[in-house]
Amino acid sequence: MTSKPRLLKVLDITTFIFFILALLMVFFIAPLEKVMGAVQKVFYFHVAAGWVGMISFMVAAIAGIIYLVKKDSKWDLVGYSAVEIGIAFTMINVITGAIWARPIWNAWWTWDPRLTTATIMELVYFAYLMLRQGIDDPERRNRFSAVYAIVGFISVPLTFFSIRIFDRTIHPVVIGSNDPSAVGAFDMTSLMLQTLLFSILVFTILFADLMWHRIRLGQYMNRVDELKLKIQD
Amino acid sequence: MDQPIDTVNYFIAGYSVIFGILIIYIASLILRWRNLKKEEDILKDIEPSK
Repeated sequence: MTSKPRLLKVLDITTFIFFILALLMVFFIAPLEKVMGAVQKVFYFHVAAGWVGMISFMVAAIAGIIYLVKKDSKWDLVGYSAVEIGIAFTMINVITGAIWARPIWNAWWTWDPRLTTATIMELVYFAYLMLRQGIDDPERRNRFSAVYAIVGFISVPLTFFSIRIFDRTIHPVVIGSNDPSAVGAFDMTSLMLQTLLFSILVFTILFADLMWHRIRLGQYMNRVDELKLKIQD
Repeated sequence: MDQPIDTVNYFIAGYSVIFGILIIYIASLILRWRNLKKEEDILKDIEPSK
């Protein structure tokens, strides 16, 4: 396998520095929210992780469409990598949400539309991984995965808009609304907003970095598989 | 309310989860890469003898 590209090394270092800067902003620069206290600071990475989860699943759906058009297996690898990363970030989003909810809503979990749709979205993509494991024929696996990633993407806008379209939600809408029925909503100061936007930027860079590493790993797996076949022949 | 409620423990738990999942995922990428490297080395050793 070829050594790590120079641009990837630069991206690794940039991601690391930006991640540290984001942590410093969250811990030391963003002000303490006057009602919720320290737990409100979880919100910066909670939102950023949710953003990356949704972006990942969108990338998987787009890669699925391109795969079905071009039948090029590299797009299957892009989709598979994006789903794997999306699951990790959505898990961060769901678990940190429950941790925030415990002192603010006095419950780890409620069947709120946002919590429910986010969890369904996560399960939909866990099923994507199970589907792939269940199909041996690569061409068939790639085709089924592409179709599944496209159909599964319906769960993403449903999750995103759930707090905007369902009246009975108590989940705060971070940007664009201040619903009085939301429990745990707060007015963001400009420093809080800057920290949130910077965290989203950093997580987006982290996503790009992880995608590159995951795709390289997938390419390496393919080469080792080819080597195995060559030896068997 | 003059003072915010004490939620430091939840703050620590939240960031532990964030770091924990990120570290596990990155470690899984590194481990899978290393295992592939080992597998490739073994296969390359077998290949010339065939």
